[in-house]
Amino acid sequence: MSNRVVNILVPVISVILGLLVGAIVMLVSGYDPVQGYAALWNGIFGDTYAIGETIRQITPYLLAGLSVAFAFRTGLFNIGVEGQLLVGWFAAAYVGIAFDLPMYIHLPFAIIAAALAGALWAFIPGLLKAKLQVHEVIVTIMMNYIALHTTNALIKVVSDGGDNTGTINATASLKSAFFESITDYSRLHYGIFIALAMVLLMWFLLEKTTTGYELKAVGFNKHASEYAGMNVNKNIILSMVISGAFAGLAGAMEALGTFQYANVKGGFTGIGFDGIAVALLGANTPLGVIFGAVLFGSLKYGALNMPNEAGIPVEIVSIVIAIIIFFVACGYVIRYFLEKANKKKEAK
Amino acid sequence: MTKRKFGLGLSLVLAAGTILGACGSKDEETTKPKDSEGTGSEGTTEAVDFSLAMVTDVGGVDDKSFNQLAWEGIEAFGKENGLEKGDGGYDYLQSTGDADYITNLNNLVRRDFDVVYGIGFLMEEPIGTIADQQPEAQLAIIDAIVDKPNVASVMFKEQEGSFLAGVAAALMSESKQIGFVGGMEIPVIERFEAGFLEGVKAVDPSIKVDVQYTGKFDDAALGKTTANRMYSSGVDIIFHAAGGTGNGVFAEAKERKTKDANANVWVIGVDSDQYEEGAVGDKNITLTSMQKRVDIAVQTIAKEAMAGNFPGGKTVTYGLAEKGVQLADSRGAIPQEILDQVQEYSDKIAAGEIVVPETVE
Repeated sequence: MSNRVVNILVPVISVILGLLVGAIVMLVSGYDPVQGYAALWNGIFGDTYAIGETIRQITPYLLAGLSVAFAFRTGLFNIGVEGQLLVGWFAAAYVGIAFDLPMYIHLPFAIIAAALAGALWAFIPGLLKAKLQVHEVIVTIMMNYIALHTTNALIKVVSDGGDNTGTINATASLKSAFFESITDYSRLHYGIFIALAMVLLMWFLLEKTTTGYELKAVGFNKHASEYAGMNVNKNIILSMVISGAFAGLAGAMEALGTFQYANVKGGFTGIGFDGIAVALLGANTPLGVIFGAVLFGSLKYGALNMPNEAGIPVEIVSIVIAIIIFFVACGYVIRYFLEKANKKKEAK
Repeated sequence: MTKRKFGLGLSLVLAAGTILGACGSKDEETTKPKDSEGTGSEGTTEAVDFSLAMVTDVGGVDDKSFNQLAWEGIEAFGKENGLEKGDGGYDYLQSTGDADYITNLNNLVRRDFDVVYGIGFLMEEPIGTIADQQPEAQLAIIDAIVDKPNVASVMFKEQEGSFLAGVAAALMSESKQIGFVGGMEIPVIERFEAGFLEGVKAVDPSIKVDVQYTGKFDDAALGKTTANRMYSSGVDIIFHAAGGTGNGVFAEAKERKTKDANANVWVIGVDSDQYEEGAVGDKNITLTSMQKRVDIAVQTIAKEAMAGNFPGGKTVTYGLAEKGVQLADSRGAIPQEILDQVQEYSDKIAAGEIVVPETVE
């Protein structure tokens, strides 16, 4: 088997295996897998509404995935995407409500505010890591909790003790009347273009600029980079800040696009944590993140239709979705076996 | 060697194919009658031509509290009227996050249920959005007011029922320390807290009430640690208004009762009659429950809608006078003379002599 065939076979086999094991789980628990998968399919592609909502779900995953992937390239594990997303969400919603500006100023202002908030939230762990060698995983995890409860408190202040900031001004909204009309009122918004633009930006930054080269170099080998005369500390902070800005933008997508408000949350949204899986599925490359986000977003959204159409309980659905993703992530194992089989054949 | 492996692989694929193939035909069989049933029920069958469905909040349909009660109400209504679970009958969808509400509501509206309920305060905005997009749909929301012509809003005077819970707790407490475990700090739960504190104060202003908000409705572990802290500090009765988180309060109390049969620990349940949650062998740690009859509210709206009088655009408020909130049967845990005192307060509130505040001063 040539390398190319293996490259195509691996993802195909892993998805099929995932679907098969998922089907067995459904069979064993007494549900019809074909009906289940049909519901999943319809939940993703069934009608224009489903397609619109699926893309809507993919949007924040794209940005969260970029955020994790970007930090990874510099050798940093940004677990704090969730918190950076939450502060970005709040910042965007706040700017969207508090100001009265023409759209061409207001919307960019709200988006930039979200990116800045996320960047600031990531700057702190970056600084601590660079200056004091505090491990970014610990700091970012803790910053998540700080973000959750701080934004909850701020929302209460903004809304005079309520639990919702109220709807943002139309001038700051990413809502698209055009998308609404073609997707039967789904919440699909213009944010998807921002997310895709960011994918391009990340690719450009990493592959085409000196800064990107330095960031990657630090990720490959900190000491060698330092020896080569690069400022490692600066690059660590910069990487975290850019990563945080991506996460903040993911929050802006929720604030200005999907929800149009910020509300008090009982727990994390999960988007930030799923972003880790999205980035890793995509091997931390911009293009790979698109693949990971599409897979995650579609499965996550389509899964909602499984209880709706096939009557499969949410718990089983969660297991099935997790199994599919699990097998996709196991692509390496399948590649290993394929290559082993290949070698044996050649030996004979 | 390779041949054998290849053969194994081939047989696996074949096996999978047959399994899936078998399912395929089953699928067709099951969907066909469903469709014919769907068209048939419109005219001929004896079951009424009415369907209803609900969307749970993140607590889930088996939260042993708010959502479950609403679902039980719908189920009971469905059975009474000869409906079946599924399209054209009654159904529910569970939400796992804020983003799911709109999708779930939309899915149910698209499946042509006559009334779609949003259970809980968290669905206020989503219900409003769907109401605008689907002006033909009949929607209902519990615990929030959505001012749209096709939305019926249901509110409860939780403070009134909680006041009685406070009275009972204050009269029953031996340590004179009482706990309150809340879910998220939202107006609904604050009404529980306000009423409860007021009730305790009415009996004995010197009693200390330890108020803790967990910030979550679905974290039983957190509820358990909170209850543990309270009981350890000398609290003997905890009133919880925390949905699934409150199950942890029960777990902690039961654990203490199991270890020491004489332990003086009590829980006051919420929303549904949580007596069964508190069973420890032949003993029970549920003092009583502050029942919030979401089931009755859900059924009332369904009945009105079935009769063609869907209360769209209106807000119905259930208090003690309407029997929308009440204390559950304590099954002997509370002695009769205390129950009499509670009843006195109850009558006064129902008659309007005592007005229980909605917020904590």
